[in-house]
Amino acid sequence: MNLTVTDLSVARGGAPVLSGVSFVVNAGSALVLRGPNGIGKTTLLRTLAGLQPALSGTVDVPEDAVAYASHADGIKAQLTVTENLAFWADVHGTKMPDSVFGAFDLDDLRTRLAGTLSAGQKRRLGLARLGVIGRKVLFLDEPTVSLDGFSVKMFANWLRNDHLAHGGIAVIATHVDLGIDAPELDLTPFRSTAHASGGSDEAFL
Amino acid sequence: MIALLRRDLTLAVRAGGGFGLGLAFFLIVVVLVPFGVGPEAAVLSRIAPGILWVAALLAALLSLDRIFALDFEDGTLPLLATSPLPLEGVTLIKGIAHWITTGLPLTLAAPALGFLLNLEMSAYVWLLASLALGTPALSMIGTFGAALTVGLRRGGLLMSLLVLPLYVPTLIFGAEAVRRGALGLDATTPLLMLAGITLGSFALLPFAASSALRVNLR
Repeated sequence: MNLTVTDLSVARGGAPVLSGVSFVVNAGSALVLRGPNGIGKTTLLRTLAGLQPALSGTVDVPEDAVAYASHADGIKAQLTVTENLAFWADVHGTKMPDSVFGAFDLDDLRTRLAGTLSAGQKRRLGLARLGVIGRKVLFLDEPTVSLDGFSVKMFANWLRNDHLAHGGIAVIATHVDLGIDAPELDLTPFRSTAHASGGSDEAFL
Repeated sequence: MIALLRRDLTLAVRAGGGFGLGLAFFLIVVVLVPFGVGPEAAVLSRIAPGILWVAALLAALLSLDRIFALDFEDGTLPLLATSPLPLEGVTLIKGIAHWITTGLPLTLAAPALGFLLNLEMSAYVWLLASLALGTPALSMIGTFGAALTVGLRRGGLLMSLLVLPLYVPTLIFGAEAVRRGALGLDATTPLLMLAGITLGSFALLPFAASSALRVNLR
């Protein structure tokens, strides 16, 4: 199993932002996306996850293996930590592994309503969802926002020991050093120079 | 899909106001009408079917914009879109959850409010039947409207403008069934039409709503 991206061009709001992106990520390895703000990291990840269509090029990834995690965690404030995770386990038809609470330091928070958690704790809960749903290909958009140094290390440990070690794949857009052994891809050379073409619905406005 | 339904109902109960909002609005409108048109029992009895149906329709409209807005704001919607659930199933469940939290309580409360408006004795059965058959269509059409306007700031007004014209057939046949019941006539035909609208909207609108969601998630 691997993730193969060939000559991909992506657009945001009708304007192309990246073009000619190609890379291969093999099972058990990760790829870190680098680049200044606004280069199109989020747009690229959303396109890879299938949330928006690509302008051109192909994304070759096993069906039903993809999970996406963005800035927003999809946490319901009125549900407890356990209920939030159990919901995602049910939706994905998996059994919630008990180890996930330990891996993300949520053991003491199990019965707390998610609305009463701090920003960092919410983020940990959002990331713990990835450990519950059992998806092999993760597209992570700034996973370490609002995490402290200890939590970043904890997340990197989980990613290395529980995800990648079991043949998982991860594509991560981040500005911090996660401390995992992964090649980096700088997106700056792929910045799109072509003027808006094809992706715009301007003709209809 | 059951997990999603269970979660939506839990949220409606815990967030408070999930069940109560539409019901309170229904109650207030029906109680206010006699103050507006005067206390003559004959007049109230004649307009009761229409008032009950219009009030139920507006009460259902009130909570529509919450169907997808909350899931959109906290980022749940893209996560659901990349989950194994088909988006068509998600919109169908959302419509059903909206009906359980709004349409079902309205249906159950309607006979008590019919009593306040001096509704004819013979019409109660038809009132219950028409609301039970018609309110699911209101929820499903509303889900489609909510999917079209999700992500828009202040999309509620636009959604009302889109959804209200689509509610017209349901309203006409629903109120007609109750009116015929009150006059002691046979109300089978409008009820069949109502059932047709409901089944049709449940068969087609999940697909339309999920297409709208896919566009709005880009």
